[in-house]
Amino acid sequence: MKVLIPTPLRSYAGERHEVEAAGATLGAILEDLDRCYPGIRFRMIDEQDAIRRHIRIFVNGDQVRSLGTSLGAADEVLIVQALSGG
Amino acid sequence: MTAKLSAPRPAAGPVLLLVATRKGAFILKSDPARRSWKTAGPMFLGHTVHHLVLDPRDRRTLLLAARTGHLGPTVFRSLDMGKTWKEAARPPAFPKAAEGQKGRVVDHVFWLTPGLASETGVWYAGTSPQGLFRSEDGGVNWATVPGFNDHPMLAKWTGGEQDGTPDGPKLHSILVDPRDARHLYVGMSSGGVFESHDQGTNWRPLNAGCLADFLPEPYPEYGHDPHCMRLHPLAPDILYQQNHCGIYRMARPDNRWARVGSSMPKNVGDIGFPMVLHPRDPDRVWVFPMDGGTVWPRTSPGGKPAVYGTRNAGKTWQRLATGLPARQSWLTVKRQAMCADLHEPVGLYFGTTNGEIWASRNEGAKWACVARHLPHVYAVEAAELRAELRP
Repeated sequence: MKVLIPTPLRSYAGERHEVEAAGATLGAILEDLDRCYPGIRFRMIDEQDAIRRHIRIFVNGDQVRSLGTSLGAADEVLIVQALSGG
Repeated sequence: MTAKLSAPRPAAGPVLLLVATRKGAFILKSDPARRSWKTAGPMFLGHTVHHLVLDPRDRRTLLLAARTGHLGPTVFRSLDMGKTWKEAARPPAFPKAAEGQKGRVVDHVFWLTPGLASETGVWYAGTSPQGLFRSEDGGVNWATVPGFNDHPMLAKWTGGEQDGTPDGPKLHSILVDPRDARHLYVGMSSGGVFESHDQGTNWRPLNAGCLADFLPEPYPEYGHDPHCMRLHPLAPDILYQQNHCGIYRMARPDNRWARVGSSMPKNVGDIGFPMVLHPRDPDRVWVFPMDGGTVWPRTSPGGKPAVYGTRNAGKTWQRLATGLPARQSWLTVKRQAMCADLHEPVGLYFGTTNGEIWASRNEGAKWACVARHLPHVYAVEAAELRAELRP
């Protein structure tokens, strides 16, 4: 399925803004992404398997918060980084 | 494993200053006389960089502790003095907690310490919240030190994550005894000083004699706030620490800290962040006092920044402020942001929270600003360029 990569993570994905990944759950998709682009998962998911504070993940426009969320082949995953600070 | 200690020859030639800031890293390079400096960078612009360290074993490998914007903690490695970088394959991370239990999460990597010359590839990393990690492959893969990170007393030692510094509780000042790679010290803010004789398997507090005036018991076994601790490379039984509650020295086998900052001028006090040792004389150290009164402004006392140095292990202190702003200067020097080189006379350097780098080529007698308008400086490390000048 299609996964849209935010600008701060594109250095991990060969500067691509859109990549393909496979998996039946959000967690599996991110594992597949990490196989293709090593290190990218840890930038989004911490060591306790929680989505990092400034990362938002949307599936077909709806925000998801669980790595166990089921996905279909036609779904579109959008990863967003919410920037803040001074 | 033991190593014979030998006095480093005074260095000559250019000095590198490895500068870590809140918005990236920079490298300043001097001419051989250390009179003029050129700034290179930024590297990792926009990333929070807490520490940039040159491997003293090869004088080639750089490790950089970064918090990549909002994307979590990691370590980068360069084999070509910063021209190219590669991220650690396995950055420092706490073990995954058992189902139903709350696990800890590394917020940022704060401190990097290379192992001894006999331990090729070994590095230690200290994190926020307090965690200790070890790499045996030059910083590519990092593993938890379970004897520390899973210690049943750790939560009591640290007081929990709410007791840390404003930027988060930290493990810092990872020291390796140059005679024995298994003998380690760490400092924790909060938590205190701890020691291991078996490469991190077992730990014990080492805080006797050190004040913790913010706790009900002023001289507790643990819970202190060491800001920066140093071990003298030629006399490893001598330790100094700049603590939240003063400047301390320990000369082992006496395992008590003695407050040597009591002899500082009363209107300046002995609160500060950094602690810098002379590379060849264990009786000589330098500190950068800050205002630790009332609500802890952490700025230069009275708006008059000054380095203070001692030549007699803290019995007396000398103010070293020639060339520094004389008034209305409210800067702060963080715990990793002051260092010495290996030259004769020793060069001293510090970076400020308002983005300046100050240098003295004569042990603090006279200061000059060698870079300004950088981001908030977190760390400054001096490194010698030429391999034949290694200590």
